[in-house]
Amino acid sequence: MGALKKSYYIKSRDFIRAGEASIKIQTLLKSLNFDPKLIRRVAICGYEGEMNVVMHGGDGSLSFAILPDEVILEISDDGPGIDNIDKAMQKGFSTASDEHREMGFGAGMGLPNMKKNADDIIVESEPGNGTRVRMVFLNNKGGDDG
Amino acid sequence: MKLSEIVVALEATVVYGNEHLDKEVTTCGASDLMSDILAGLSEGCILLTGLTTVQVIRTAMVAGVGAIVFVRGKTPPREVIDLAKAQELPLISSPYSMFVSCGRLHACNMTGLDGRR
Repeated sequence: MGALKKSYYIKSRDFIRAGEASIKIQTLLKSLNFDPKLIRRVAICGYEGEMNVVMHGGDGSLSFAILPDEVILEISDDGPGIDNIDKAMQKGFSTASDEHREMGFGAGMGLPNMKKNADDIIVESEPGNGTRVRMVFLNNKGGDDG
Repeated sequence: MKLSEIVVALEATVVYGNEHLDKEVTTCGASDLMSDILAGLSEGCILLTGLTTVQVIRTAMVAGVGAIVFVRGKTPPREVIDLAKAQELPLISSPYSMFVSCGRLHACNMTGLDGRR
């Protein structure tokens, strides 16, 4: 099987549709009989990344590539960028607004959840230049569900 | 513990899912923060929450949650119920607070997401 690829547009502040792309990827992986633990890891990372774009970024995209041995997610946006990536990776650190917190966001676990669940993650961002996150999920591992 | 037993324990109302009340759940989580739900071992659990948004359903779908209990007598709007129906995700409304609802389920020997009591 060659790579199966698709890209979804993510609209900034569209909380009604936020998460739909990740659910579609989750559904697709289930139909392809991928390991349930891998599917869960991919879905969590896709969802967290998608929500980050909706909350913090300008418009963006969630792209995936599915290969027999791995799944690759790339999430990018043209938002304000991250001031300090190391700080943003700390559990509990959040720049969520009051509006976001009322919707259940702002736990400060988004990037930490992505880091925990991806086998490899690269975050590129600088103030004023948007954010790009690339994650790889290997299909031969059980992953960390804890 | 079956969902039907949880409904009794919480003196709850079934918002959606009467046909799924034989579903078994073994662990219980309670949170109003989506990322905390995703950080835990939530597969097949029952999730207690006070949030009634579409995002609660999507988070539950991503995490593999088995059923949702809305505390404090809350019921979600129609579009949230419809999304849950499409996923066959049971929704229950408990008249009790988060604390009391958790306590009642703990008294029924349910464990937390990490297996501890």
